[in-house]
Amino acid sequence: MQRFLNDPDDLVDETVAGFVKAHRDLVHLLPENPRVVVSNFAPQAGRVGIVTGGGSGHEPAFIGYTGRNLVDAVAVGELFSSPTAKSFADAIKAANGGAGVAVLYGNYAGDNMNVKMAARMVAKDGIEVATVVANDDVCSAPAAEREKRRGVAGEIFMWKIGGAKAASGASLAEVQAAAQKAIDACRSVGVGLGPCTLPAVGHPNFQIAAGQMEVGIGHHGEPGTRVEPLRAANDVADDMVRIVMDDHSLPAGSEVAVLVSGLGATPVNELYVLYDRIEAQLVGMGMTVYRAFVGNYFTSLEMVGATLTVMALDDELKALLDMDCASPAL
Amino acid sequence: MAYLANSGQAQIIEELAEVIVANKAWLSEIDGKIGDGDHGINMAKGFGRAAERIHGKDMSLDAAMLVLSDVLMSEIGGSMGPLYGLMFEDMAAALSGRSDIDAEAFSAMLRAGLAGVQGVGNAKVGDKTLIDTLVPAVAAFDAAKAQGFAAALTAMAEAAEKGRDTTVDLVARIGRSSRLGERSRGVLDAGATSCCMILTTLGESVRKRLI
Repeated sequence: MQRFLNDPDDLVDETVAGFVKAHRDLVHLLPENPRVVVSNFAPQAGRVGIVTGGGSGHEPAFIGYTGRNLVDAVAVGELFSSPTAKSFADAIKAANGGAGVAVLYGNYAGDNMNVKMAARMVAKDGIEVATVVANDDVCSAPAAEREKRRGVAGEIFMWKIGGAKAASGASLAEVQAAAQKAIDACRSVGVGLGPCTLPAVGHPNFQIAAGQMEVGIGHHGEPGTRVEPLRAANDVADDMVRIVMDDHSLPAGSEVAVLVSGLGATPVNELYVLYDRIEAQLVGMGMTVYRAFVGNYFTSLEMVGATLTVMALDDELKALLDMDCASPAL
Repeated sequence: MAYLANSGQAQIIEELAEVIVANKAWLSEIDGKIGDGDHGINMAKGFGRAAERIHGKDMSLDAAMLVLSDVLMSEIGGSMGPLYGLMFEDMAAALSGRSDIDAEAFSAMLRAGLAGVQGVGNAKVGDKTLIDTLVPAVAAFDAAKAQGFAAALTAMAEAAEKGRDTTVDLVARIGRSSRLGERSRGVLDAGATSCCMILTTLGESVRKRLI
């Protein structure tokens, strides 16, 4: 693939530099750590701070969700690589308004370690930290081992709900509980049609043969549960809905929020093709789609493919989902 | 009793960095088989930066390890940043204040490094990680230290290589490669490989400075 690239080693720094210039009304870089993006509205005295972070290459995640009533500070890692513990710690300090900080992140080995170390670092400064670890990716482990599942696009709902709860003036425990409730209500699945390449590595880190699709693929090309011939969009959409809803087992009459995200190189019109069928299937199951989000919300470099996330809603989650927010991506 | 002075040993960490940087492509290639192929890139970046910062400085071994630890933890991230960062931080703490490093001190350093890794990661022997190199290497050093420092370093290096090679037949149970299940069998673990490189290089650098 042809790329807009200078030195691959500078890619992350240049991405973040351009991002904060383009969105200077909403975000800025932490002067002492250029790997931390901070909301212009943070910190707010007496309010719980919201922090996330993760590897780069998933834009607009994670940095794009920094803003008002959403994420207060984001730790930025190398491509597909966890941010440092120091960056997480600096993000926590930047988000701290004195009421504690909730770190809402995805279930990956590096992030687990670095967040754990960061919490230890900021404890010295008297900052109370609560964590919620997203694990919404259905195909990454069986339901009985949900704690092993990866966090994927459901993280966006977790941030939205956690950020809104914090904005409502809730305590750290209440924010943690709301974010946990949000991610517990989310199920996601990814389907990959083509691989991605770390520019510094120079070749794809996995292969999907022409005419094939990988069902259950992860956000870094982690293998899925099935590799099989690519079918028509409606069949793929049906498969995605089935995987997510089988794991969800929601009663008819449930209200849901739906997020369909491209993985980087799939045209947005194809995402709408998928959504057309996804909504029809959900309605056929007796679901009511309360809100839908379709676009490139959480990508994986230039991977071809899409993810589906379905969040089950109750009145509290609906109210928090509807709360006004402002960020580059949402 | 063989020993080396702790002071003026920054060169040991420079030698270590040289080996890691020289093996950048190989480490990435191993990682690329079951990971995302950036292990060598991130390791070379971290160790290379640390070497630049200690080059030409008169530093004790533990002070040079702290520089390396700081770079890994504050600039590299990923999984390897905290794992090796804490390993070298705790190794440095075990050497701190000592004028000489004998076999007992080196043993204490190794055990502290292992405890540092185990404190932040949850891997056990058999999970296909750097632990498969580190645990037998530390045990082999301790078992052989009665035969002298140099002999114990040789035993450590042999056990490290053997431990690294056991990862070929293992299925990854932790970290990103664990998502591959059976597909992770048949190749070396990149972390176990870099850990072996660290231990054997460190061991050789120490051995040739023994007095």
